[in-house]
Amino acid sequence: MDVEYIAHLARIRLTDEEKERFAGQLGQILAYVEELGELDVEGVEPTAHAVPVHNVFREDVARPGLDRDTVLGNAPATRSDQFLVPRIIE
Amino acid sequence: MIASVGLEVHVQLRTNSKMFCGCENRFGHDPNVQVCPVCLGYPGALPVINGKAIELTVKTGLLLGCTINHRSKFDRKNYFYPDQAKNYQVSQYDQPLCSGGHVDIVLDGETKRIGITRIHLEEDVAKNIHFGDASGIDFNRGGTPLMEIVTEPDMSNADEAFAFLSALKQILQYGGVSDCNLEQGNIRCDINASVRPSGSDTLGVKTEIKNMNTFKGVHRALKYEIQRQIRDIEKGREIIQETRRWDDETGVTASMRTKEYAHDYRYFPEPDLLPVELTDAQIEAWKEGLPEMPADRRDRMVRDYGIPEYDAGVLAADRAVADFFEATARACGNGKAASNWVMTDMMRCLSERETDIASIRMAPEQLAALIGLVDKKVINMPAAREVFSILFEQGGDPETIVKDKGLVQVSDEGAIEGMVDQVIGEHAKSVEDYKAGKQAALQFLIGQVMRISKGKANPQVVRELFMRKLG
Repeated sequence: MDVEYIAHLARIRLTDEEKERFAGQLGQILAYVEELGELDVEGVEPTAHAVPVHNVFREDVARPGLDRDTVLGNAPATRSDQFLVPRIIE
Repeated sequence: MIASVGLEVHVQLRTNSKMFCGCENRFGHDPNVQVCPVCLGYPGALPVINGKAIELTVKTGLLLGCTINHRSKFDRKNYFYPDQAKNYQVSQYDQPLCSGGHVDIVLDGETKRIGITRIHLEEDVAKNIHFGDASGIDFNRGGTPLMEIVTEPDMSNADEAFAFLSALKQILQYGGVSDCNLEQGNIRCDINASVRPSGSDTLGVKTEIKNMNTFKGVHRALKYEIQRQIRDIEKGREIIQETRRWDDETGVTASMRTKEYAHDYRYFPEPDLLPVELTDAQIEAWKEGLPEMPADRRDRMVRDYGIPEYDAGVLAADRAVADFFEATARACGNGKAASNWVMTDMMRCLSERETDIASIRMAPEQLAALIGLVDKKVINMPAAREVFSILFEQGGDPETIVKDKGLVQVSDEGAIEGMVDQVIGEHAKSVEDYKAGKQAALQFLIGQVMRISKGKANPQVVRELFMRKLG
Protein backbone atom coordinates (compact mmCIF):
# COMPACT_ATOMS: atom_id res chain seq x y z
CA MET A 1 0.00 0.00 0.00
CA ASP A 2 1.54 3.22 -1.21
CA VAL A 3 0.43 5.78 1.36
CA GLU A 4 2.02 8.67 -0.51
CA TYR A 5 0.06 7.77 -3.64
CA ILE A 6 -3.23 7.56 -1.72
CA ALA A 7 -2.47 10.89 -0.06
CA HIS A 8 -1.83 12.46 -3.43
CA LEU A 9 -5.14 11.17 -4.81
CA ALA A 10 -6.92 12.69 -1.81
CA ARG A 11 -4.87 15.89 -2.14
CA ILE A 12 -3.61 15.77 1.42
CA ARG A 13 -0.07 16.34 2.61
CA LEU A 14 1.32 13.96 5.23
CA THR A 15 4.35 14.22 7.47
CA ASP A 16 6.77 11.28 7.61
CA GLU A 17 5.41 10.36 11.02
CA GLU A 18 1.84 10.36 9.69
CA LYS A 19 2.81 8.28 6.68
CA GLU A 20 4.19 5.59 8.93
CA ARG A 21 1.20 5.65 11.27
CA PHE A 22 -1.34 5.52 8.43
CA ALA A 23 0.54 2.77 6.67
CA GLY A 24 0.06 0.62 9.75
CA GLN A 25 -3.59 1.56 10.17
CA LEU A 26 -4.41 1.04 6.50
CA GLY A 27 -2.70 -2.33 6.68
CA GLN A 28 -4.91 -3.38 9.57
CA ILE A 29 -8.08 -2.21 7.81
CA LEU A 30 -7.17 -4.08 4.64
CA ALA A 31 -6.33 -7.22 6.59
CA TYR A 32 -9.72 -7.03 8.26
CA VAL A 33 -11.54 -6.69 4.94
CA GLU A 34 -9.40 -9.53 3.57
CA GLU A 35 -11.17 -11.84 6.02
CA LEU A 36 -14.14 -11.72 3.63
CA GLY A 37 -11.95 -13.70 1.26
CA GLU A 38 -12.57 -16.77 3.41
CA LEU A 39 -16.22 -16.87 2.35
CA ASP A 40 -17.23 -19.17 -0.44
CA VAL A 41 -19.06 -16.93 -2.92
CA GLU A 42 -19.01 -19.42 -5.76
CA GLY A 43 -22.20 -18.92 -7.78
CA VAL A 44 -23.20 -15.74 -5.97
CA GLU A 45 -23.75 -12.86 -8.34
CA PRO A 46 -21.87 -9.64 -7.50
CA THR A 47 -24.13 -6.78 -6.55
CA ALA A 48 -23.54 -3.12 -5.88
CA HIS A 49 -26.72 -2.78 -3.84
CA ALA A 50 -28.09 -5.11 -1.22
CA VAL A 51 -31.64 -3.69 -1.31
CA PRO A 52 -33.86 -5.22 -3.99
CA VAL A 53 -35.13 -1.85 -5.20
CA HIS A 54 -34.52 -0.41 -8.66
CA ASN A 55 -35.81 2.18 -11.16
CA VAL A 56 -36.33 5.07 -8.79
CA PHE A 57 -36.88 7.86 -11.30
CA ARG A 58 -37.85 11.52 -11.30
CA GLU A 59 -40.35 13.04 -13.72
CA ASP A 60 -38.52 15.32 -16.14
CA VAL A 61 -40.01 18.51 -14.75
CA ALA A 62 -37.95 21.63 -14.12
CA ARG A 63 -38.45 23.65 -10.96
CA PRO A 64 -36.71 26.80 -9.73
CA GLY A 65 -33.37 26.33 -8.05
CA LEU A 66 -31.76 28.27 -5.23
CA ASP A 67 -31.54 32.04 -5.19
CA ARG A 68 -28.19 33.07 -6.62
CA ASP A 69 -27.29 35.46 -3.81
CA THR A 70 -27.84 32.66 -1.33
CA VAL A 71 -25.68 30.31 -3.37
CA LEU A 72 -22.80 32.71 -3.87
CA GLY A 73 -23.10 33.90 -0.28
CA ASN A 74 -21.19 30.81 0.85
CA ALA A 75 -18.40 31.18 -1.69
CA PRO A 76 -15.01 32.36 -0.41
CA ALA A 77 -14.69 34.58 -3.48
CA THR A 78 -16.87 35.48 -6.48
CA ARG A 79 -16.58 37.51 -9.65
CA SER A 80 -19.23 38.28 -12.28
CA ASP A 81 -21.74 36.02 -10.46
CA GLN A 82 -19.35 33.09 -10.59
CA PHE A 83 -17.42 31.10 -8.02
CA LEU A 84 -13.87 32.38 -8.17
CA VAL A 85 -11.13 29.73 -8.09
CA PRO A 86 -7.38 29.80 -8.69
CA ARG A 87 -6.59 30.02 -12.37
CA ILE A 88 -7.25 26.70 -14.10
CA ILE A 89 -4.32 25.63 -16.23
CA GLU A 90 -5.41 23.03 -18.74
CA MET B 1 0.92 3.74 -42.97
CA ILE B 2 -2.70 3.28 -41.91
CA ALA B 3 -4.45 5.41 -39.32
CA SER B 4 -7.07 4.25 -36.82
CA VAL B 5 -9.41 6.78 -35.32
CA GLY B 6 -11.94 6.31 -32.54
CA LEU B 7 -14.18 8.97 -31.06
CA GLU B 8 -15.79 9.56 -27.69
CA VAL B 9 -18.77 11.76 -28.45
CA HIS B 10 -20.49 13.64 -25.64
CA VAL B 11 -24.06 14.62 -26.37
CA GLN B 12 -26.25 16.88 -24.27
CA LEU B 13 -29.72 15.41 -24.07
CA ARG B 14 -32.91 17.32 -24.74
CA THR B 15 -34.52 17.15 -21.32
CA ASN B 16 -36.32 19.82 -19.33
CA SER B 17 -34.42 19.18 -16.13
CA LYS B 18 -30.96 18.04 -15.04
CA MET B 19 -29.75 14.46 -14.67
CA PHE B 20 -30.18 14.07 -10.92
CA CYS B 21 -32.15 17.14 -9.79
CA GLY B 22 -35.02 19.32 -10.98
CA CYS B 23 -32.94 22.34 -12.01
CA GLU B 24 -33.70 23.57 -15.50
CA ASN B 25 -31.57 22.18 -18.35
CA ARG B 26 -31.28 25.19 -20.61
CA PHE B 27 -28.49 27.07 -22.34
CA GLY B 28 -27.96 30.80 -22.15
CA HIS B 29 -29.08 31.82 -18.67
CA ASP B 30 -27.10 34.16 -16.42
CA PRO B 31 -24.43 32.32 -14.39
CA ASN B 32 -25.45 30.18 -11.41
CA VAL B 33 -29.22 30.56 -11.59
CA GLN B 34 -30.07 26.93 -12.38
CA VAL B 35 -28.46 25.41 -9.33
CA CYS B 36 -29.52 23.56 -6.18
CA PRO B 37 -27.92 21.55 -3.34
CA VAL B 38 -27.71 18.43 -5.55
CA CYS B 39 -25.88 19.93 -8.55
CA LEU B 40 -23.73 22.10 -6.30
CA GLY B 41 -22.61 18.96 -4.50
CA TYR B 42 -23.74 19.96 -1.02
CA PRO B 43 -23.06 17.23 1.51
CA GLY B 44 -26.17 15.18 2.25
CA ALA B 45 -28.07 16.20 -0.90
CA LEU B 46 -29.39 13.10 -2.66
CA PRO B 47 -29.60 12.59 -6.42
CA VAL B 48 -32.60 11.00 -8.18
CA ILE B 49 -32.35 9.72 -11.76
CA ASN B 50 -34.20 11.65 -14.49
CA GLY B 51 -36.27 8.93 -16.22
CA LYS B 52 -36.39 10.88 -19.47
CA ALA B 53 -32.59 10.80 -19.75
CA ILE B 54 -32.68 7.00 -19.49
CA GLU B 55 -35.36 6.88 -22.19
CA LEU B 56 -33.41 9.14 -24.58
CA THR B 57 -30.20 7.15 -24.12
CA VAL B 58 -31.95 3.84 -24.71
CA LYS B 59 -33.68 5.29 -27.79
CA THR B 60 -30.27 6.34 -29.11
CA GLY B 61 -29.05 2.81 -28.51
CA LEU B 62 -32.02 1.45 -30.46
CA LEU B 63 -31.35 3.88 -33.33
CA LEU B 64 -27.71 2.77 -33.47
CA GLY B 65 -28.51 -0.93 -33.34
CA CYS B 66 -27.09 -1.44 -29.85
CA THR B 67 -27.86 -4.15 -27.35
CA ILE B 68 -29.86 -2.57 -24.54
CA ASN B 69 -28.61 -3.89 -21.23
CA HIS B 70 -31.38 -5.06 -18.96
CA ARG B 71 -29.38 -4.15 -15.92
CA SER B 72 -27.39 -0.97 -15.61
CA LYS B 73 -25.94 1.10 -12.78
CA PHE B 74 -24.20 4.37 -12.00
CA ASP B 75 -20.69 4.75 -10.60
CA ARG B 76 -18.56 7.49 -9.14
CA LYS B 77 -15.52 8.62 -11.11
CA ASN B 78 -13.21 10.32 -8.64
CA TYR B 79 -10.99 13.23 -9.57
CA PHE B 80 -10.27 16.75 -8.44
CA TYR B 81 -11.12 19.55 -10.81
CA PRO B 82 -12.92 22.83 -10.16
CA ASP B 83 -15.63 22.13 -12.74
CA GLN B 84 -17.32 19.55 -10.54
CA ALA B 85 -18.12 20.33 -6.96
CA LYS B 86 -18.35 16.83 -5.49
CA ASN B 87 -14.84 15.79 -6.55
CA TYR B 88 -16.47 12.92 -8.36
CA GLN B 89 -18.57 12.71 -11.47
CA VAL B 90 -21.52 10.34 -11.56
CA SER B 91 -21.04 8.20 -14.63
CA GLN B 92 -21.39 4.57 -15.69
CA TYR B 93 -18.37 2.31 -15.56
CA ASP B 94 -18.89 -1.40 -16.18
CA GLN B 95 -22.64 -1.57 -16.77
CA PRO B 96 -23.55 1.05 -19.38
CA LEU B 97 -27.11 1.33 -20.71
CA CYS B 98 -26.14 0.24 -24.25
CA SER B 99 -23.41 -1.96 -25.75
CA GLY B 100 -22.39 -2.64 -29.35
CA GLY B 101 -24.06 -1.03 -32.33
CA HIS B 102 -23.00 0.84 -35.45
CA VAL B 103 -23.41 3.87 -37.69
CA ASP B 104 -23.18 3.51 -41.46
CA ILE B 105 -21.39 6.29 -43.29
CA VAL B 106 -21.32 6.90 -47.03
CA LEU B 107 -18.21 8.37 -48.66
CA ASP B 108 -17.75 8.57 -52.44
CA GLY B 109 -20.69 6.23 -52.86
CA GLU B 110 -19.13 3.55 -50.62
CA THR B 111 -20.83 2.54 -47.40
CA LYS B 112 -18.66 1.84 -44.38
CA ARG B 113 -19.86 0.58 -41.01
CA ILE B 114 -18.40 2.27 -37.92
CA GLY B 115 -18.77 0.21 -34.77
CA ILE B 116 -20.14 1.62 -31.53
CA THR B 117 -18.55 0.18 -28.41
CA ARG B 118 -20.95 1.49 -25.81
CA ILE B 119 -23.27 4.32 -24.80
CA HIS B 120 -23.44 5.46 -21.23
CA LEU B 121 -25.03 8.27 -19.29
CA GLU B 122 -23.32 10.72 -16.96
CA GLU B 123 -23.62 14.25 -15.63
CA ASP B 124 -22.02 17.18 -17.42
CA VAL B 125 -19.54 19.36 -15.57
CA ALA B 126 -19.77 23.09 -14.87
CA LYS B 127 -18.40 25.72 -17.21
CA ASN B 128 -15.10 27.50 -16.52
CA ILE B 129 -14.54 31.06 -17.54
CA HIS B 130 -10.98 32.31 -17.57
CA PHE B 131 -10.38 35.79 -16.23
CA GLY B 132 -6.61 35.79 -16.72
CA ASP B 133 -5.55 35.98 -13.08
CA ALA B 134 -8.24 33.54 -11.90
CA SER B 135 -11.07 31.37 -13.19
CA GLY B 136 -14.82 31.60 -12.65
CA ILE B 137 -17.20 28.65 -12.34
CA ASP B 138 -20.80 28.69 -13.59
CA PHE B 139 -22.74 25.64 -12.41
CA ASN B 140 -25.75 26.05 -14.72
CA ARG B 141 -24.43 23.25 -16.97
CA GLY B 142 -23.19 21.20 -14.01
CA GLY B 143 -25.28 18.08 -13.56
CA THR B 144 -27.12 18.26 -16.90
CA PRO B 145 -27.55 14.88 -18.63
CA LEU B 146 -24.64 13.95 -20.87
CA MET B 147 -24.63 10.85 -23.04
CA GLU B 148 -21.28 9.46 -24.10
CA ILE B 149 -21.05 7.43 -27.30
CA VAL B 150 -17.77 5.53 -27.67
CA THR B 151 -16.81 4.20 -31.10
CA GLU B 152 -14.48 1.43 -32.16
CA PRO B 153 -11.23 2.65 -33.81
CA ASP B 154 -12.88 1.98 -37.17
CA MET B 155 -12.30 5.27 -38.93
CA SER B 156 -9.15 5.60 -40.97
CA ASN B 157 -8.98 9.30 -41.78
CA ALA B 158 -10.36 12.77 -41.09
CA ASP B 159 -13.05 12.51 -43.79
CA GLU B 160 -14.48 9.35 -42.22
CA ALA B 161 -14.56 10.95 -38.79
CA PHE B 162 -16.36 13.96 -40.22
CA ALA B 163 -18.85 11.75 -42.06
CA PHE B 164 -19.45 9.74 -38.88
CA LEU B 165 -20.16 12.84 -36.80
CA SER B 166 -22.50 14.23 -39.47
CA ALA B 167 -24.39 10.93 -39.72
CA LEU B 168 -24.62 10.65 -35.94
CA LYS B 169 -25.87 14.21 -35.61
CA GLN B 170 -28.58 13.56 -38.17
CA ILE B 171 -29.75 10.45 -36.31
CA LEU B 172 -29.76 12.21 -32.93
CA GLN B 173 -31.71 15.15 -34.29
CA TYR B 174 -34.18 12.85 -36.00
CA GLY B 175 -34.63 10.86 -32.84
CA GLY B 176 -35.37 14.04 -30.88
CA VAL B 177 -32.54 13.00 -28.54
CA SER B 178 -30.55 16.22 -28.77
CA ASP B 179 -30.74 19.53 -30.59
CA CYS B 180 -27.09 18.96 -31.57
CA ASN B 181 -26.48 22.68 -31.60
CA LEU B 182 -22.70 22.93 -31.92
CA GLU B 183 -22.54 26.62 -30.93
CA GLN B 184 -24.17 25.70 -27.62
CA GLY B 185 -21.79 22.82 -27.06
CA ASN B 186 -24.48 20.15 -27.48
CA ILE B 187 -21.93 17.82 -29.08
CA ARG B 188 -18.31 17.69 -28.00
CA CYS B 189 -15.82 14.96 -28.61
CA ASP B 190 -12.48 13.46 -27.75
CA ILE B 191 -10.38 11.92 -30.51
CA ASN B 192 -8.17 8.84 -30.22
CA ALA B 193 -5.76 8.40 -33.10
CA SER B 194 -2.91 6.04 -33.91
CA VAL B 195 -1.00 4.92 -36.99
CA ARG B 196 0.64 1.63 -37.91
CA PRO B 197 2.48 0.21 -40.90
CA SER B 198 0.26 -1.24 -43.64
CA GLY B 199 -0.12 -4.95 -43.12
CA SER B 200 0.29 -4.76 -39.37
CA ASP B 201 -2.58 -6.08 -37.24
CA THR B 202 -1.69 -4.38 -33.97
CA LEU B 203 -2.78 -0.81 -33.38
CA GLY B 204 -0.02 1.74 -32.87
CA VAL B 205 0.38 3.86 -29.75
CA LYS B 206 -2.54 6.31 -29.59
CA THR B 207 -2.78 9.92 -28.62
CA GLU B 208 -5.90 11.63 -27.35
CA ILE B 209 -7.11 15.06 -28.37
CA LYS B 210 -9.69 16.31 -25.92
CA ASN B 211 -12.59 18.73 -26.00
CA MET B 212 -13.20 19.27 -29.68
CA ASN B 213 -16.40 21.24 -30.19
CA THR B 214 -16.73 21.61 -33.95
CA PHE B 215 -16.81 18.93 -36.65
CA LYS B 216 -14.54 21.08 -38.78
CA GLY B 217 -12.09 21.26 -35.88
CA VAL B 218 -12.12 17.46 -35.59
CA HIS B 219 -11.40 17.19 -39.30
CA ARG B 220 -8.49 19.65 -39.20
CA ALA B 221 -7.04 18.24 -35.97
CA LEU B 222 -7.10 14.70 -37.36
CA LYS B 223 -5.52 15.70 -40.64
CA TYR B 224 -2.71 17.29 -38.68
CA GLU B 225 -2.31 14.62 -36.00
CA ILE B 226 -2.22 11.64 -38.40
CA GLN B 227 0.43 13.37 -40.52
CA ARG B 228 2.41 14.31 -37.42
CA GLN B 229 2.50 10.71 -36.18
CA ILE B 230 3.55 9.38 -39.59
CA ARG B 231 6.25 12.04 -39.86
CA ASP B 232 7.58 11.31 -36.38
CA ILE B 233 7.70 7.56 -37.00
CA GLU B 234 9.46 8.06 -40.31
CA LYS B 235 12.04 10.17 -38.53
CA GLY B 236 12.53 7.35 -36.05
CA ARG B 237 10.80 9.10 -33.16
CA GLU B 238 8.58 7.17 -30.81
CA ILE B 239 4.90 8.06 -30.36
CA ILE B 240 4.09 8.55 -26.68
CA GLN B 241 0.65 7.80 -25.29
CA GLU B 242 -0.44 11.25 -24.20
CA THR B 243 -3.15 13.86 -24.29
CA ARG B 244 -2.66 16.60 -26.84
CA ARG B 245 -4.43 19.88 -27.27
CA TRP B 246 -5.64 21.18 -30.63
CA ASP B 247 -4.93 24.85 -31.26
CA ASP B 248 -7.44 26.10 -33.80
CA GLU B 249 -5.51 29.31 -34.46
CA THR B 250 -2.17 27.76 -35.32
CA GLY B 251 -3.62 24.52 -36.66
CA VAL B 252 -1.36 22.17 -34.70
CA THR B 253 -1.71 19.73 -31.79
CA ALA B 254 0.68 20.06 -28.87
CA SER B 255 1.45 17.80 -25.93
CA MET B 256 -0.30 18.87 -22.73
CA ARG B 257 2.70 17.62 -20.76
CA THR B 258 0.60 16.39 -17.86
CA LYS B 259 3.40 15.06 -15.70
CA GLU B 260 0.92 13.91 -13.07
CA TYR B 261 0.23 10.37 -12.07
CA ALA B 262 -1.68 8.50 -14.73
CA HIS B 263 -5.39 9.03 -14.10
CA ASP B 264 -6.69 6.81 -11.37
CA TYR B 265 -10.40 7.41 -11.13
CA ARG B 266 -11.11 4.68 -8.53
CA TYR B 267 -14.58 4.02 -9.92
CA PHE B 268 -16.99 2.50 -7.46
CA PRO B 269 -20.78 2.01 -7.48
CA GLU B 270 -22.68 5.21 -6.63
CA PRO B 271 -24.30 4.28 -3.31
CA ASP B 272 -26.90 7.07 -3.58
CA LEU B 273 -28.48 5.71 -6.76
CA LEU B 274 -30.34 2.47 -7.30
CA PRO B 275 -29.77 0.28 -10.35
CA VAL B 276 -31.78 0.61 -13.54
CA GLU B 277 -33.60 -2.49 -14.74
CA LEU B 278 -35.27 -2.46 -18.12
CA THR B 279 -37.83 -5.03 -19.20
CA ASP B 280 -38.28 -6.21 -22.77
CA ALA B 281 -41.76 -4.66 -22.71
CA GLN B 282 -40.35 -1.24 -21.80
CA ILE B 283 -37.63 -1.40 -24.44
CA GLU B 284 -40.18 -2.56 -27.02
CA ALA B 285 -42.49 0.35 -26.16
CA TRP B 286 -39.67 2.86 -26.69
CA LYS B 287 -38.74 1.15 -29.91
CA GLU B 288 -42.25 1.57 -31.26
CA GLY B 289 -42.14 5.28 -30.47
CA LEU B 290 -39.03 5.84 -32.59
CA PRO B 291 -39.41 8.22 -35.53
CA GLU B 292 -38.72 7.25 -39.13
CA MET B 293 -35.01 7.54 -40.00
CA PRO B 294 -33.68 9.72 -42.85
CA ALA B 295 -33.06 6.94 -45.40
CA ASP B 296 -36.53 5.43 -44.84
CA ARG B 297 -38.12 8.84 -45.02
CA ARG B 298 -36.34 9.62 -48.29
CA ASP B 299 -37.67 6.43 -49.88
CA ARG B 300 -41.18 7.05 -48.60
CA MET B 301 -41.23 10.65 -49.83
CA VAL B 302 -40.24 9.44 -53.31
CA ARG B 303 -43.26 7.11 -53.23
CA ASP B 304 -45.72 9.51 -51.60
CA TYR B 305 -44.99 12.70 -53.51
CA GLY B 306 -43.46 11.48 -56.76
CA ILE B 307 -40.31 13.58 -56.31
CA PRO B 308 -36.84 12.49 -57.53
CA GLU B 309 -34.69 10.48 -55.12
CA TYR B 310 -32.03 13.19 -55.06
CA ASP B 311 -34.56 15.84 -54.01
CA ALA B 312 -36.05 13.54 -51.39
CA GLY B 313 -32.56 12.89 -50.00
CA VAL B 314 -31.81 16.59 -49.65
CA LEU B 315 -35.15 17.27 -47.95
CA ALA B 316 -34.91 14.26 -45.64
CA ALA B 317 -31.44 15.24 -44.43
CA ASP B 318 -32.94 17.70 -41.96
CA ARG B 319 -35.98 16.58 -40.00
CA ALA B 320 -37.45 20.08 -39.66
CA VAL B 321 -37.04 20.75 -43.38
CA ALA B 322 -38.64 17.42 -44.25
CA ASP B 323 -41.52 18.17 -41.87
CA PHE B 324 -42.08 21.56 -43.53
CA PHE B 325 -41.94 20.04 -46.98
CA GLU B 326 -44.39 17.26 -46.16
CA ALA B 327 -46.87 19.64 -44.52
CA THR B 328 -46.70 21.89 -47.58
CA ALA B 329 -47.00 19.04 -50.07
CA ARG B 330 -49.99 17.55 -48.23
CA ALA B 331 -51.76 20.91 -48.03
CA CYS B 332 -51.37 21.81 -51.71
CA GLY B 333 -51.28 18.37 -53.31
CA ASN B 334 -48.35 19.37 -55.54
CA GLY B 335 -45.28 17.60 -54.18
CA LYS B 336 -42.99 18.60 -57.02
CA ALA B 337 -43.76 22.32 -56.62
CA ALA B 338 -43.43 22.09 -52.82
CA SER B 339 -40.08 20.36 -53.22
CA ASN B 340 -38.86 22.99 -55.70
CA TRP B 341 -39.79 25.88 -53.43
CA VAL B 342 -38.25 24.35 -50.33
CA MET B 343 -35.08 23.19 -52.08
CA THR B 344 -34.36 26.43 -53.94
CA ASP B 345 -35.95 29.64 -52.62
CA MET B 346 -36.35 28.40 -49.05
CA MET B 347 -32.80 27.04 -48.76
CA ARG B 348 -31.37 30.21 -50.29
CA CYS B 349 -33.31 32.52 -47.94
CA LEU B 350 -32.39 30.39 -44.91
CA SER B 351 -28.70 30.51 -45.73
CA GLU B 352 -28.79 34.26 -46.53
CA ARG B 353 -30.48 34.99 -43.23
CA GLU B 354 -28.40 32.37 -41.39
CA THR B 355 -31.50 30.98 -39.76
CA ASP B 356 -33.27 27.63 -39.67
CA ILE B 357 -36.67 26.57 -40.92
CA ALA B 358 -38.12 26.22 -37.44
CA SER B 359 -37.47 29.91 -36.74
CA ILE B 360 -39.21 31.50 -39.74
CA ARG B 361 -42.68 33.03 -39.74
CA MET B 362 -43.94 31.35 -42.90
CA ALA B 363 -46.17 28.36 -42.24
CA PRO B 364 -46.35 25.34 -44.58
CA GLU B 365 -50.04 26.15 -45.21
CA GLN B 366 -49.04 29.60 -46.46
CA LEU B 367 -46.52 28.19 -48.92
CA ALA B 368 -49.15 25.68 -49.99
CA ALA B 369 -51.62 28.52 -50.65
CA LEU B 370 -48.96 30.30 -52.72
CA ILE B 371 -48.38 27.17 -54.78
CA GLY B 372 -52.15 26.98 -55.28
CA LEU B 373 -52.20 30.53 -56.69
CA VAL B 374 -49.47 29.61 -59.18
CA ASP B 375 -51.19 26.37 -60.13
CA LYS B 376 -54.46 28.25 -60.76
CA LYS B 377 -52.46 30.78 -62.83
CA VAL B 378 -53.61 33.64 -60.62
CA ILE B 379 -49.99 34.82 -60.43
CA ASN B 380 -46.89 34.07 -62.50
CA MET B 381 -43.55 32.87 -61.15
CA PRO B 382 -41.83 36.27 -60.78
CA ALA B 383 -44.82 37.50 -58.75
CA ALA B 384 -44.82 34.26 -56.72
CA ARG B 385 -41.16 34.82 -55.84
CA GLU B 386 -42.02 38.29 -54.60
CA VAL B 387 -44.83 36.89 -52.44
CA PHE B 388 -42.48 34.17 -51.18
CA SER B 389 -39.92 36.67 -49.89
CA ILE B 390 -42.69 38.58 -48.08
CA LEU B 391 -43.96 35.33 -46.53
CA PHE B 392 -40.43 34.39 -45.54
CA GLU B 393 -39.91 37.66 -43.69
CA GLN B 394 -43.31 38.11 -42.05
CA GLY B 395 -45.71 35.32 -42.98
CA GLY B 396 -49.26 36.19 -43.97
CA ASP B 397 -52.00 35.19 -46.36
CA PRO B 398 -50.64 34.89 -49.93
CA GLU B 399 -53.98 35.84 -51.49
CA THR B 400 -54.15 39.08 -49.49
CA ILE B 401 -50.54 39.91 -50.34
CA VAL B 402 -51.24 39.33 -54.05
CA LYS B 403 -54.25 41.68 -53.89
CA ASP B 404 -52.47 44.36 -51.84
CA LYS B 405 -49.47 44.38 -54.12
CA GLY B 406 -51.57 44.19 -57.28
CA LEU B 407 -49.73 41.08 -58.46
CA VAL B 408 -52.68 39.27 -60.01
CA GLN B 409 -51.59 37.92 -63.33
CA VAL B 410 -53.29 39.35 -66.42
CA SER B 411 -54.22 36.52 -68.76
CA ASP B 412 -56.98 38.36 -70.62
CA GLU B 413 -55.95 38.56 -74.28
CA GLY B 414 -57.85 41.80 -74.79
CA ALA B 415 -55.86 43.57 -72.08
CA ILE B 416 -52.53 42.17 -73.27
CA GLU B 417 -53.10 42.71 -76.98
CA GLY B 418 -52.76 46.50 -76.70
CA MET B 419 -49.36 46.12 -75.05
CA VAL B 420 -48.24 43.60 -77.65
CA ASP B 421 -49.22 46.00 -80.45
CA GLN B 422 -47.40 48.85 -78.72
CA VAL B 423 -44.19 46.80 -78.48
CA ILE B 424 -44.43 45.72 -82.11
CA GLY B 425 -44.75 49.39 -83.08
CA GLU B 426 -41.78 50.51 -80.97
CA HIS B 427 -39.35 47.71 -81.82
CA ALA B 428 -39.47 47.27 -85.59
CA LYS B 429 -35.88 46.01 -85.68
CA SER B 430 -36.54 43.12 -83.26
CA VAL B 431 -39.73 42.28 -85.14
CA GLU B 432 -37.68 41.99 -88.35
CA ASP B 433 -35.05 39.88 -86.57
CA TYR B 434 -37.70 37.50 -85.29
CA LYS B 435 -39.29 37.19 -88.68
CA ALA B 436 -35.79 36.41 -90.04
CA GLY B 437 -35.69 33.46 -87.65
CA LYS B 438 -33.93 34.85 -84.52
CA GLN B 439 -35.67 33.27 -81.50
CA ALA B 440 -33.82 35.58 -79.12
CA ALA B 441 -35.70 38.51 -80.58
CA LEU B 442 -38.99 36.97 -79.43
CA GLN B 443 -37.68 36.70 -75.87
CA PHE B 444 -36.76 40.37 -76.03
CA LEU B 445 -40.22 41.36 -77.24
CA ILE B 446 -41.94 39.28 -74.53
CA GLY B 447 -39.66 40.94 -72.00
CA GLN B 448 -40.81 44.38 -73.18
CA VAL B 449 -44.46 43.45 -72.61
CA MET B 450 -43.61 42.08 -69.17
CA ARG B 451 -41.93 45.40 -68.40
CA ILE B 452 -44.90 47.50 -69.54
CA SER B 453 -47.30 45.26 -67.58
CA LYS B 454 -45.08 45.56 -64.50
CA GLY B 455 -44.59 41.81 -64.57
CA LYS B 456 -48.28 41.01 -64.40
CA ALA B 457 -48.89 39.76 -67.93
CA ASN B 458 -49.14 36.00 -68.34
CA PRO B 459 -45.96 35.28 -70.33
CA GLN B 460 -47.58 32.30 -72.02
CA VAL B 461 -50.44 34.43 -73.37
CA VAL B 462 -47.96 37.15 -74.47
CA ARG B 463 -45.90 34.58 -76.37
CA GLU B 464 -48.95 33.16 -78.11
CA LEU B 465 -50.12 36.63 -79.18
CA PHE B 466 -46.72 37.51 -80.67
CA MET B 467 -46.52 34.23 -82.51
CA ARG B 468 -49.99 34.73 -83.93
CA LYS B 469 -49.38 38.33 -84.94
CA LEU B 470 -45.87 37.85 -86.37
CA GLY B 471 -46.11 34.26 -87.50
